[in-house]
Amino acid sequence: MATQTEAVSISITVNGHTHAVSVPPHRLLVDFLRDDLGLTGTKVGCESGQCGACTILLDGLAVKGCAVLAAQADGAAVTTIEGIASNGALSKVQDALWNEHGVQCGYCTPAMVLAMTDLLSTNTKPTEQDIRKSMDGIICRCGVYQNVVRAVQTLI
Amino acid sequence: MATPILGSAIKRREDPEFLRGESKFTADINLANTTHVAILHSPHPHARITGIDASAALKMPGVIRVFTGADLAGKMMPMVCIWKPAGVESHFGPHPYGLPGSQTALATDKVRYVGEWVAAVVAETREQAYAALPAVKVNYEVLPSVSRAEDALKPGAPQLHETVPGNLCAHVEYGDKAVTQKAIDDAEVKVHLDITIPRQLHQPLETRATMAQYDEGTGEYVLYTNTQIPHGNKFMICNLVMGIPYNKLRVIVPAIGGAYGSKGYLYQDAPLMLFLTKEVGRPVKWVDTREGLSVTTVHSRGQQQHATLAGKKDGTITALSVTNNVDLGAYSASNGPGAPLVLTGRSVTGAYVIPHPFYEANLAFANTVSLGPARGAGRMEAMLLIERLIDAFAHKVGMSPAEVRRKNMVKPEQFPYENGLGWTYDTGNYVPALERALEMAGAGSLADMKQEAKSRGKRLGLGIGSYVCVAGVGPSPRMGREGLIGSTWASAVVRVHQTGDVTVVTGSQPHGQGQQTTFSQIIAQELGVDMERIEIRHSDTDGVPFGQGSYGSRTYSVEGAVIFQAAQVIRKKATKVGAYMLKATEDEVVFADGKVSLKTDPAQSKTLQDIASWLWFAWDLPPGVEPGLEATEYFNPSDFNFPFGSHVAVVEVDEETGAVEVVKYVCVDDVGNVGNPRIVEGQMHGSVAFGFGPALMEQVVYDDAGNLLTRDLGTYAVPRASQLPHFQLERTVTTTPINAMGAKGAGDVSNPAVAPAIVNAICDALADLGVQHIDIPVTPEKIWQLMQR
Repeated sequence: MATQTEAVSISITVNGHTHAVSVPPHRLLVDFLRDDLGLTGTKVGCESGQCGACTILLDGLAVKGCAVLAAQADGAAVTTIEGIASNGALSKVQDALWNEHGVQCGYCTPAMVLAMTDLLSTNTKPTEQDIRKSMDGIICRCGVYQNVVRAVQTLI
Repeated sequence: MATPILGSAIKRREDPEFLRGESKFTADINLANTTHVAILHSPHPHARITGIDASAALKMPGVIRVFTGADLAGKMMPMVCIWKPAGVESHFGPHPYGLPGSQTALATDKVRYVGEWVAAVVAETREQAYAALPAVKVNYEVLPSVSRAEDALKPGAPQLHETVPGNLCAHVEYGDKAVTQKAIDDAEVKVHLDITIPRQLHQPLETRATMAQYDEGTGEYVLYTNTQIPHGNKFMICNLVMGIPYNKLRVIVPAIGGAYGSKGYLYQDAPLMLFLTKEVGRPVKWVDTREGLSVTTVHSRGQQQHATLAGKKDGTITALSVTNNVDLGAYSASNGPGAPLVLTGRSVTGAYVIPHPFYEANLAFANTVSLGPARGAGRMEAMLLIERLIDAFAHKVGMSPAEVRRKNMVKPEQFPYENGLGWTYDTGNYVPALERALEMAGAGSLADMKQEAKSRGKRLGLGIGSYVCVAGVGPSPRMGREGLIGSTWASAVVRVHQTGDVTVVTGSQPHGQGQQTTFSQIIAQELGVDMERIEIRHSDTDGVPFGQGSYGSRTYSVEGAVIFQAAQVIRKKATKVGAYMLKATEDEVVFADGKVSLKTDPAQSKTLQDIASWLWFAWDLPPGVEPGLEATEYFNPSDFNFPFGSHVAVVEVDEETGAVEVVKYVCVDDVGNVGNPRIVEGQMHGSVAFGFGPALMEQVVYDDAGNLLTRDLGTYAVPRASQLPHFQLERTVTTTPINAMGAKGAGDVSNPAVAPAIVNAICDALADLGVQHIDIPVTPEKIWQLMQR
């Protein structure tokens, strides 16, 4: 196979900690986070950008960790679910999801927290459709969408 | 306690861990020195394997071993189907124990569906294991295939199993065919519908995953797997597939990322990983891909129904006859026959008095993935059938669909009501739920709504989905009679420690239902213990002596009920010992708010902790009382319970494009008493969302050559947030005598209402075009085609 196999040196800041490491060029960011850094709060559901379980914040924007190579995140700041609560206290989004029963099986929960954090950082008065659209990249098969809407509405 | 905690909408105790991303799902757990497994799937729907050459794969980086079916021969029995329909002729592949056999973990001589497991590569990393798969060379001799039940049942169809003539696994009949036929022949009015319900994929966000570890020294195995039935897996692995001593296997279920019925079986991976870990002498880990899930995790639904509903011109229904052809896949999943046989078969009369019902089903084997239940299992298919027929009947007699429902619904005074196909509905009050749903949807101003929508280029329609949904699985003797080779009773251990802390061990298996909270509420209410001092243990066969898992809307009304029952045993013992400690008789004391007090002088009391501690020291106990304050209880319900309700959908169909928007969705459900209304509401949201998909967009598609075309979330549509409307929910409360809490099942019960409500609404919107029925999913394309006629 003629794929490049030489490792790539990157510097990436994850939840405030900077890692200067070498990664294979084809390594997905989500695999880097989960397997190399042990940050398993970011989930994997399809490895093809369709389910959104691996949503993280890349320089503050919600993106799918399986759609970005670790090498592409060189120099970037990544926030995963592990970096959201501060000193053990749930963030406002986390707390709202808890209050409004926005969690069922919990598998999409980290992604939902990050996507809603991103939404509220750019839109302080989202409508119901804004909130729903901002969730469209994340599948929740348990059906928490309506309660996530309700949770976000308590924050605006 | 001022406000009762049981029945209140408190926040879930389990959530902070999920919200912080700290919960461990199977793929999140890494054992030291683990090897990784990738599976090679059959690319053919039906083929003979003439040779496998793994030599190139073995030279690939990191590859440790490659296993094929030949490696398992004589060491592992076939997987089993533990549902053998009682009293009917049935045919399955053979299993040495005389049980209905199923596939081997890895195919040997033949493959019978696209996706069947052919080889397992074990490598140092997951990436290396998957990279080696294409290097495993398999020679196939391709055979003719068939992928639909009715094609498989035709004379001359390709045969899947030598032991199953004509591909017919089972034919079953409920009711009296001749009597029903006569009632139909004599009827003033009859309507007939042919309904095809495509297969649905559960699509849990987390794929299946399994890890296994073997300890050479002790001979003990540990299996980590995301199954809804940890003990069921253990039973089937030990007793029926591998012969591992029951006390040498521990099954641990980490957090599960959604199941909806897709993880309630013994799949190939569990025994295979146990086999592999011993062979390679290291832990093994397998995490499936989305494509792997699509081609090997069970599909659901998939029925070809032919039904006639008959009655009088005044709208009275007299008879229903249903023939249902269902393909079980190439092999029956553990409980594959259950949904089409029982859950659909006995449920097709819905909420109505139908004097002469008849149901027959033909279960066929075809070259497809195994069929299994999904949320709303069997009853969704049954309610779609009866609710579509009711609307067609109403149209024919010139009455409104609501009026025909009111006229024929089982009335409160008719309970317990035997429906003629084997169910005895416990309690119900159907018409008020229907009336309330219609009121919430604004049905009174339907004509105006239609007129207003028309002015915007929209066809507006209103549809009703009324339902009765068997729940609370269940009564073990009954399940045995239905064909389940297993049990469905509930079990719990409630232990009050000498510190006053309480441990509850439950046989249920949480994967989103909120047991940690609701079960704690039961104990907090009944024993007066703070929620924070209660711990719910589950999903580990070493710590949980027995358990039947979670499925079939059994969590609260069956497994919750046994916790309630165990709490009463604790109260009784605590009262006896508390009275003894207070030097009083049991009649002179009362147990309330976690204390036993003298009725005459409530200041004289002993707390539950005092009593538990006293019983732990056991220095001075009343005669005949044993140390410790704990109870082990079973609950084998006398029957199922039957939640019910009515949903109403209001849709707008775009005149130009055929696009459907559900502008209003109203649910009035009745699940009896509830432990936590907020959690029940969440379950309803999930049930309804799980119904929207199949109604409007979801379907499994096989092409004519037997290839599965819907293999990922790009080709298989599931509803996203902006594709769903706001659901308006209300509940009525009709309790059941089946359990002490008066609770009915809630997890999947309202799902069956959704597809009929939406399809009825769309058919209403298109009524002037003469549309009598549209099969699900009702896509814009189908509607557009109809509008062009």
